[in-house]
Amino acid sequence: MRGMMAVLRKELADHFASKRFIILFLLIYLAGVAAIYIAGQNIRNEVSESTRFVFLRLFIVSGEQMPPFPFFMSLFVPIIGIALGFDAMNSERTSGNLSRLLSQPLYRDSLISAKFIAGVVVIGVLVTSIVAIVSGLGLRMLGIAPSGEEALRLLLFVIVTIIYGAFWLGLAIMFSIFFERTAVSALASIALWIFVFFFVSVIAESVANAVVPVDQNSQLDVLIRNEEFHQAISRLSPSTLYGESIQVMLMPEFGSASAALMLISIYTSGMVPTPLPVSQSLLIVWPQLVALVALTAVCFAIGYIRFMREEIRST
Amino acid sequence: MSQPVIETSDLTRVYGDVTAVDHLNLRINEGEVFGFLGPNGAGKTTTILMLLGLTEPTSGNARICGFNPTREPLKVKRIVGYFPEKIGFYNDLTARQNLRYTADLNNIPLDGVEGKIDAVLRKVGLSEVSERQVGKFSRGMKQRLGIADVLMKDPKVVILDEPTSGIDPQGIEQILGLITDMHKQNITVLLSSHQLHQVQRVCSRVGILSKGRLVAEGSVEKLGMEAIGGGAYRIEIQTAEPEPKLVELVQKLPGIISVQSSEKVLVVNSDRDVRPQLAKAVVDSGALLVEMKIEKYGLEEIYMKYFKEG
Repeated sequence: MRGMMAVLRKELADHFASKRFIILFLLIYLAGVAAIYIAGQNIRNEVSESTRFVFLRLFIVSGEQMPPFPFFMSLFVPIIGIALGFDAMNSERTSGNLSRLLSQPLYRDSLISAKFIAGVVVIGVLVTSIVAIVSGLGLRMLGIAPSGEEALRLLLFVIVTIIYGAFWLGLAIMFSIFFERTAVSALASIALWIFVFFFVSVIAESVANAVVPVDQNSQLDVLIRNEEFHQAISRLSPSTLYGESIQVMLMPEFGSASAALMLISIYTSGMVPTPLPVSQSLLIVWPQLVALVALTAVCFAIGYIRFMREEIRST
Repeated sequence: MSQPVIETSDLTRVYGDVTAVDHLNLRINEGEVFGFLGPNGAGKTTTILMLLGLTEPTSGNARICGFNPTREPLKVKRIVGYFPEKIGFYNDLTARQNLRYTADLNNIPLDGVEGKIDAVLRKVGLSEVSERQVGKFSRGMKQRLGIADVLMKDPKVVILDEPTSGIDPQGIEQILGLITDMHKQNITVLLSSHQLHQVQRVCSRVGILSKGRLVAEGSVEKLGMEAIGGGAYRIEIQTAEPEPKLVELVQKLPGIISVQSSEKVLVVNSDRDVRPQLAKAVVDSGALLVEMKIEKYGLEEIYMKYFKEG
């Protein structure tokens, strides 16, 4: 435990002093502030006297020039996770430090756990600070303080985002254990990120259309079945799981994790949905959150098992 | 005899169909400096990794001070200092920061750390560069910092894997001097190397490893005896004319192991330096001495002999 604290201190000191951290912080800061600023400009057209949760709208509204804030988070948080983890183990190995480290009184699992925890702490600091900064900015622009419920929803948004970042961190650390060269592990992580971010949805759509063909004259139940199929496949991607979770968190009126199914239900019932309490929203995305945590655990466990059994030769 | 500090019994490690270490039995006692010799790929590093629990033996077991490195890795790592073959440090940290991290990992109380770092840096002669980034160190300096790193935890046992490879003669001298110091402090040292002359100078006992097997073990002198059938000296005498009487005279001298004669040249193997006696024998036999050469058998010959056989 003492050894683990030593590694944790060292890793945190390294992260916070690194150029990598400063670059990531600037990147996410610029994107976040720009997104909220544009949203603040456009929010007056979107809300009326009767709108509840005005403060949360700030995080959803987008202008023509800028996508909304959560989009940037879903784009950058994986990059942060990958950037913090892709060379966690293989750089120790190639620099000749790993043999020396593991001949100190330190369990191997302490080393890998400490690196993971340090990464999660850094992600936590980045995400929390950026949300705090843009909230402050929003507060100034709108002149409306968030209600207790809005603050709670924002907090949940932060937590879910940190979990999502932890998933990518775990994945990157796993690749850093499997691949000896840092360039290869970085590339593997980024390739997977591009795949889940851009391609899974496309693949899911074409598979769904192949299995349940739809056209303009299709019946509603066929449309729904097609959409459900699409959902089921795209939920294999952590990016989808995250997107659905934060959508429900930031939009209280969302009674379903799927935007398309939500629209269909409004269309068929003709009822405008009422906002749900936080606990109900949480209940809707609980499966998504559990899946994200489980995926993180799986990545971590695979890397862990491999590392525990590995021969530590200084080459 | 007390319990050996390092002991292996039938230690074996198999990679696929290659046996890297084959039923190795080693015993190293407290305070010994043991030279672990062998060509590249003989299994030296693999043995060391098993001693430290950095890889698991296929069969057999190792013990360090009675602890099993696979089952009780922390107990072993608390008392063993390891200098890996390709040692590395955090290049963006200073020498002092690197050692501070080692101290932290070893749970050295905070109030004693700085003094301890000063002491080990002084010992390896790096006091003046303690605040410099290790990335700017020369290879020799890094190797010495490696020794300092090993000494941070006050080890009972030190395992050095090729500590002198790739550095200049002066650097080698410094490292060998530091090993001698460790010996004086009664630290048990396992020194793996293929640089024979250095090992010969600092080791009290050597073991020669070839293809995973220990082919010879003992003091350098003892191995010399074994290597050339008992003799440690080889003396060549050249006379002006062949002299048959000389062979008889030489064979009567004390300490002679064998005599081979061919025409004018006589080759004598002995366990001591018998040159004065030989010179007298030559004169007594009436032959005219042209040349007398002596070769002392060192580790090199021993090494060559075992590796030719292996």
